[in-house]
Amino acid sequence: MYHLALKMLMGDRAKYVMLVGGLTFAALLMTQQNSVFQGILSWTTSHMRNSRASIWVVEKNVEQVNETKAMRDTDVNRVRSVAGVDFAVPFFQSILQARAADGSDKPIQLIGLHAATLVGRPPVMVAGDLERLRLPNTVVIDQLAIQRLSIGRPKPLGLGDTFEINDREARVVGICRTERHFFGYPYVFTSYDQALQFAPRQRKMLSMILAEPKPGLTAEQVARTIERETGLKAFTVPEFSRATIDFIWRNTGIPASFMTTIILGFVVGVAVSGQTFYSFVLENIRHLGALKAMGASNALLARMLLLQAFTVGLIGYGIGIGLAAVFGYAVLPAGQPPFLLDARTMIITAVAIVFICIFAALLGIRRVAKLEAAIVFRA
Amino acid sequence: MHTDFTHTHADDEAAVRAVGVTKTYGRGDSRTVALKNTTFTTREGELHLVVGPSGCGKTTLLSVVAGTLEWDSGQIEVFGVKLNGLKTADITTFRRQNIGFIFQQFNLIPTLTTVENVSVPLLLGGTKRTEAEERSAAMLQEVGLGDKLTKRPGDLSGGQMQRVAIARALVHKPRLIICDEPTSALDSTTGHHIMELLAGAARAPGRCVIIVTHDNRTYGYADRITEMEDGQVKQVYANGALRDFIATHR
Ligand SMILES: Nc1ncnc2c1ncn2[C@@H]1O[C@H](COP(=O)(O)OP(=O)(O)OP(=O)(O)O)[C@@H](O)[C@H]1O
Ligand SMILES: [Mg+2]
Repeated sequence: MYHLALKMLMGDRAKYVMLVGGLTFAALLMTQQNSVFQGILSWTTSHMRNSRASIWVVEKNVEQVNETKAMRDTDVNRVRSVAGVDFAVPFFQSILQARAADGSDKPIQLIGLHAATLVGRPPVMVAGDLERLRLPNTVVIDQLAIQRLSIGRPKPLGLGDTFEINDREARVVGICRTERHFFGYPYVFTSYDQALQFAPRQRKMLSMILAEPKPGLTAEQVARTIERETGLKAFTVPEFSRATIDFIWRNTGIPASFMTTIILGFVVGVAVSGQTFYSFVLENIRHLGALKAMGASNALLARMLLLQAFTVGLIGYGIGIGLAAVFGYAVLPAGQPPFLLDARTMIITAVAIVFICIFAALLGIRRVAKLEAAIVFRA
Repeated sequence: MHTDFTHTHADDEAAVRAVGVTKTYGRGDSRTVALKNTTFTTREGELHLVVGPSGCGKTTLLSVVAGTLEWDSGQIEVFGVKLNGLKTADITTFRRQNIGFIFQQFNLIPTLTTVENVSVPLLLGGTKRTEAEERSAAMLQEVGLGDKLTKRPGDLSGGQMQRVAIARALVHKPRLIICDEPTSALDSTTGHHIMELLAGAARAPGRCVIIVTHDNRTYGYADRITEMEDGQVKQVYANGALRDFIATHR
């Protein structure tokens, strides 16, 4: 009987297209919005992919990676002396103003790296030499910086060119690739000491300390030891990511606004699919009654309706995810809006679609269960 | 797992016996008594017509006898099985195994081919798809539609659709065939053709056909006619009385 159930479903072209369309729309909207949301969330932790370290030590009130509360220079040595710490280096991060050639000021994300080790260096160099950061007044910039700071130049900013950070000259010795940051500012890497020159002088300048555990110890174990012994806060990368994303959930309207659209997609999916499927059942009620008269049990009819609902669900899900992926591929090169479609997002959409299908099928099943087979005798 | 109702038998060859059946629809002001303490019997091998004015309860009688409608009181026994004692699921099984249906509106599924429509009772009975379709094709051949196997109901005339419905009602060899106004949507020639097919089916041993009809052109095919009036059986005609009845209703 199941092949007949499918033929009954697909034979009714208009309803079939409506059902698949509704579920496609729901799957697309939920997946696309969730992916953009995940993309934005991933921006908030891009610091930890642009500068890599196993343990991030920060002032004890820091809640997330994009926040800095200055520490004392001596804290580096305190961390170094903690048992289990292989090495620890100072790390500077701050938003400063850089001047483009046309005289306008552009905010940049300035990163200061420990000159001897260059721990926290960008993952991919496109041109130039990172080692030359050890020379005075030098910087390595990312491609977004080239875009932003080349305004007013005859030729894009390149190796050997200079621009001003906070009224001090900076000479480009390398170009790197970075992952975009939540704030949308370009990255400028320099040495730690040079960064202190660029930044306005303050009593405490150390933003963070990057550390690695000794071989044989986990980052988590060592982070706990650092916290215990120094009173500072130490995060592993997964811990810092989670803390950052939690912070976004608690302190910004971003999740709420995306959730609203995602829930809207879900509600529209429930409403359109439920309604269409129910009217499909009502339109076929005489035939379902005839099947019942001929001896089809309620259980069999219920399974047929579930099969029909899940068939359109599966197709709608496939097309919806596919379209979301197409959208992703279209926007990824531009990086705007951010897009991160992972297995978890696909599973969330799948669960939502399954729920919609069950809901739609249940409406029909309830109707069919109450149906008296004798209706087939009525004209 | 289900009870098997295919080999049951009444002692006295009564295929259907309804005794003192009452059925009311609705309640309060809209309450209608459709069957009033009605008693009705059909024998095996018989083509039995049920006639009477509109609203007298013919369809209701057919519905309760077929186990598709609950009734208020009275006993119904079909091939020796007392429907009163059965659970809904068992009545469903009973219908599947024993009853073929033909409706005034044909009730074929428009999105399925004729073969697929006819195969439904076999599939419901657990027959494999290929075998069900082969047997359905053979059955369609028997009702003269061997060339319409892959057509959909919408491509057929009324008479052809009713023949598909007959093929569907007969394909699983049910013992009781229930028809509500099978000819009323058809022209006279087609109607006769349909009646001949049904009469042929009824005459098989251990079988029985009950037809509700308004159509006096069908009376000549009857072995017995039950005339109803106002929710009750007014008169049953057989043999000589049947011939007189037919003569006066020509
Ligand atoms: N579902 C229902 N709800 C309420 N009343 C009903 C229902 N079905 C039938 N009736 C009423 O019960 C009575 C018997 O109806 P039934 O359909 O059995 O008559 P019938 O002899 O088949 O009539 P017809 O020749 O017009 O088909 C009628 O008065 C009818 O209005
Ligand atoms: Mg009727």
